Amino acid sequence: MASATAFAKAFPKQFVEVGIAEQNIVGIAAGLAASGKTPFVMSPACFLSMRSIEQIKVDVAYSKTNVKLIGISGGVSYGALGMSHHSLQDIAVARAIPGLDVALPADEHDVRNLIRTLADFEGGDYIRIGRNPVPTVYESDETPFEFGKAVTLVDGGDATLIGTGETVRIVLDAASILARDGVRCRVLNMHTIKPWDEEAVLKAANETGYIITVEEHIIRGGLGAAVAEVVVQRCPVPMKIIGIRDEPAVTGSPSEIFQHYGLSAENIRDVTKSMLGREGDIA
Amino acid sequence: MVDAVPPKGDFLRRKASQIRMDLLQMIYHAKAGHTGSSLSDTDILTALYYGGVLRVQANNPKWPLRDRFIRSKGHAVEAFYCILADLGFFPKCELETYSQYGSRLIGHPNNKVPGVDMNTGALGHGLSVGVGIALSAKLDANAFRVFVLMGDGEQAEGSVWEAAMAAAHYRLDNLIGIIDWNGLQISGRTDEVMRTDPLDGKWRSFGWHVELAMGTTSMK
Repeated sequence: MASATAFAKAFPKQFVEVGIAEQNIVGIAAGLAASGKTPFVMSPACFLSMRSIEQIKVDVAYSKTNVKLIGISGGVSYGALGMSHHSLQDIAVARAIPGLDVALPADEHDVRNLIRTLADFEGGDYIRIGRNPVPTVYESDETPFEFGKAVTLVDGGDATLIGTGETVRIVLDAASILARDGVRCRVLNMHTIKPWDEEAVLKAANETGYIITVEEHIIRGGLGAAVAEVVVQRCPVPMKIIGIRDEPAVTGSPSEIFQHYGLSAENIRDVTKSMLGREGDIA
Repeated sequence: MVDAVPPKGDFLRRKASQIRMDLLQMIYHAKAGHTGSSLSDTDILTALYYGGVLRVQANNPKWPLRDRFIRSKGHAVEAFYCILADLGFFPKCELETYSQYGSRLIGHPNNKVPGVDMNTGALGHGLSVGVGIALSAKLDANAFRVFVLMGDGEQAEGSVWEAAMAAAHYRLDNLIGIIDWNGLQISGRTDEVMRTDPLDGKWRSFGWHVELAMGTTSMK
């Protein structure tokens, strides 16, 4: 479970409690950063990315303060609690703000590496992490987190599957079952949405000819849109954007919501095969 | 009662008049600006910058131990720019570029300009930033102080009160909030738009030490 209690107990002098005040927490963090500190702001992503977005725009991005905004319990982590608690617009909002970096680590190893990188990385950042335990993508902390550099987890030439955050594990599983059916997919962990790895997208379009994006986010303005902006302007190829439909998301457990919107290895397999016209292919 | 412009001969009054002339010229030249609001707080700024209150260095604007000034009522930038130029933070001739294409002297304070600590312009932000800076000073045992200038119309922003609460919670006696209580905002008389009275009572109830000054209210 996402909580700062252990940190607060271990480092009481480095912990500032602000209460239920999302605008204030970002302003205070900007003030701390303006005085040379490196504040990490922790708040549920649904509130941090909406309630305090003007403070993020003006006090962090525009004022160029070194504030690390960590949106916890992101996406549909609070599955049963409804739209007020889902953060499914945060990628779209955050990536539209000049001067704000945006990243979604894929698993605990990515998170650890990202936090280490962030501590030495000058600039305002919005990071979305989840709440519940997730299966890992990596086996260790060995793969460094390089801002703005997509990680190719699997190489392949038939199509490219791109995930971000918790969907990376799912596209990896989809690639495995597709490989059993003879479809070789490239898998990208697009952990950074800004700065954006345009070259990785371009290479995927050029070399594989088909792109499927999968995100725990509304289908407007998120990962798929960011990929499409590159594809349509520089190398048009067929694309599919899998994500949450433009509606108040259905409620239930996060895995039920993922299933409902096709954020599953099986659906990604079906969508990929249908795109490639290889529905009948079975190894 | 504290006079907003304490008598120091006639120096401060003459300085405030000069700044008013400068800002009117700047606004006339640019054909844009927040005239009323800037004229309204010129005395406060003059007292801060020329009355021996703010410890800042024009030739060393990033001096780490300087007092910080956050202009939370960011729309009224003109008097601020005129004073910074007058003190030598940047050349006075640059005032002619105010509001022009590509100028760093844009219509709201911005920290590309020497002497400006934070970008403001969206109301209700400055006091939270001030709380963060004041907290940082306490953590590092630095003696500098943080001054935040707000408008009275700005008091309708809920985030002001989030910050007011936090400042008292953390006992930030190095944070001074100043309200330019001029009774007016863009859409009319402040108390008709949204009643703030008793404004001093509200701040006292949030744990602040409040002092009323001539024509203005300064709080710390």
